[in-house]
Amino acid sequence: MSETILKTEAIHTFIGQHHILQGVSFEARADAVTVLIGRNGAGKSSTLKTVMGLLPASEGKIIFKGKEIQSRKPYDIARLGIGFVPENMGIFADLTVEENMQVAMLREDAATAERLESVLEMFTALRDFWRAKAGILSGGQKQMLAIARAIINDTALLLIDEPTKGLAPIIINALIDAINQIKQHSVVVLVEQNFYMASSVGDYFFILDDGKVVHSGAMAELVQDEEMQSKYLGISKSV
Amino acid sequence: MAQTILKQWGSKLAIAGAIVLYLLPLLGMDFSTYMTLTIAGLAMGMMLFLVASGLSIIFGLMDVINFAHGVCFAYGAYVAFSVFKYLNAWVTADSVFLNFGIFFIAIVAAFIVVAVVGMVVERVLVRRVYGSHLFQILITFGGMVVLTELIRIIWGPNDEVMPKPVSFAGNWNIFDIIILKYPIYAIALGLIVYAVIQLILKKTKVGKIVRAGVENPEMVQAMGHNIFLIFTGVFAVGAGLAAVGGLTMAIFNLQVYPDMGGAYLIFAFIIVIIGGLGSVTGSLVGALIVGLSYNYVAYLLPSLAVGVNILIMVIILLIKPTGLFAAGK
Ligand SMILES: Nc1ncnc2c1ncn2[C@@H]1O[C@H](COP(=O)(O)OP(=O)(O)O)[C@@H](O)[C@H]1O
Ligand SMILES: [Mg+2]
Repeated sequence: MSETILKTEAIHTFIGQHHILQGVSFEARADAVTVLIGRNGAGKSSTLKTVMGLLPASEGKIIFKGKEIQSRKPYDIARLGIGFVPENMGIFADLTVEENMQVAMLREDAATAERLESVLEMFTALRDFWRAKAGILSGGQKQMLAIARAIINDTALLLIDEPTKGLAPIIINALIDAINQIKQHSVVVLVEQNFYMASSVGDYFFILDDGKVVHSGAMAELVQDEEMQSKYLGISKSV
Repeated sequence: MAQTILKQWGSKLAIAGAIVLYLLPLLGMDFSTYMTLTIAGLAMGMMLFLVASGLSIIFGLMDVINFAHGVCFAYGAYVAFSVFKYLNAWVTADSVFLNFGIFFIAIVAAFIVVAVVGMVVERVLVRRVYGSHLFQILITFGGMVVLTELIRIIWGPNDEVMPKPVSFAGNWNIFDIIILKYPIYAIALGLIVYAVIQLILKKTKVGKIVRAGVENPEMVQAMGHNIFLIFTGVFAVGAGLAAVGGLTMAIFNLQVYPDMGGAYLIFAFIIVIIGGLGSVTGSLVGALIVGLSYNYVAYLLPSLAVGVNILIMVIILLIKPTGLFAAGK
């Protein structure tokens, strides 16, 4: 058995009066990419936000590297080594690409500079637009910037929410390459509705529906199970 | 075609239009009066900028409507009043050096004292009502009333005469145009403060985090920055800037009075809306627009002086609902 880096135990989350997460339990192994899938409104984004502390869990536990983090503040959680790429990417449009990266850097040491070099090698467009306002970037470039910001620190766990949303197939392929590179250093938890992407990078899956996990297993099984795919994803296998 | 031209030239056309508009008062007065009013308008604009910039960043970053901001203006004036009283010899000395010295000491003292007041207001009052505009209005309005009463207790209920350092009085005569000295000092102070704020926002890490927070505070938190610490700091600096505006205005008008904050708060809100929430440059431009319009109109048609600024605000909002320089929200 490999080690588990992140585990949620029956977390419940309310937004206002709405009981959004109704006991979500999932885990991410340290040696694998875990994908959360499920139709729109299933609670995938809310799950990531709850892990980050951006939504408060009213019940349940969130365990990161053996420590309970469910009552910590988002900035403390981030400093434990969790990087977050939200669904809307959270780009600071009025800041330059460089400034976006600087805001993300928690230290400005040699190790960070080294990571920056390799990030810019992976996402070369960011170097081209280094001094430009991030607002002018294309959708794919913004996604790259959002991911770059999230891995610029010593990130043990990277949470990415639907990075392929609205992107062209060729860019999706670039993202797949990127995630395959990133997983060498950080554990990746991915929310993904694009099954091509999900199956290309994912090792394990959890399917959410109505604020609960309804299925989980190895990605290889889900690839075989077309019935389950169409039930919860309503997608075709191609891009 | 017409649209792309408008897009390319829109801002230049607007600037040209504004310049023409601001030359119009010349038709109703002679040139030296116009110059006097222009300088007075720019000076008033700079003082209002000091009040509005803090309000704008607090609004933009924290989404907090802060009615207590005007009180910071009054506290700044009163702290300076006390400093001037205590070191009166420096005020009345016929020495440019001592006069600027006391002005500087008053600025630093007012900034520090009021920044601390701002910190307390944020921690005790505002911290409880993040996210609810209605509660913010109620609680900061309450804070304003209490803090104004506190002025009456500390400094007394009456208007007081604010002394003006000796060398700040008087004027220069340039080609028969009388230019008052103090408004020029006030304009210079405003420009310096603007430059310092820009430098901090553009060049320092904290400044970049604040600008990022104006766009997306949640993301800033998720990047590991304690947004509440930043909120407190920004609130303190915003309060301190209002204090500097207050003391500058008090010297200009030669008086301090307990309610003086409220009178200028309305201008500050108009400026923030004209300039765009969260934009310091917007606050500067908005403040100059308001300061100039107020002075021209107050001379030509005194009863319309405040109304014309509200009219300008409405027109700008119709053309650009986010204000002139809205940060990328
Ligand atoms: N701010 C909000 N207020 C009320 N309901 C919300 C809010 N955000 C999300 N929800 C609801 O929570 C549920 C889960 O949303 P979300 O986590 O975004 O789903 P997913 O990411 O799987 O599409 C949806 O039913 C959505 O309508
Ligand atoms: Mg979602």
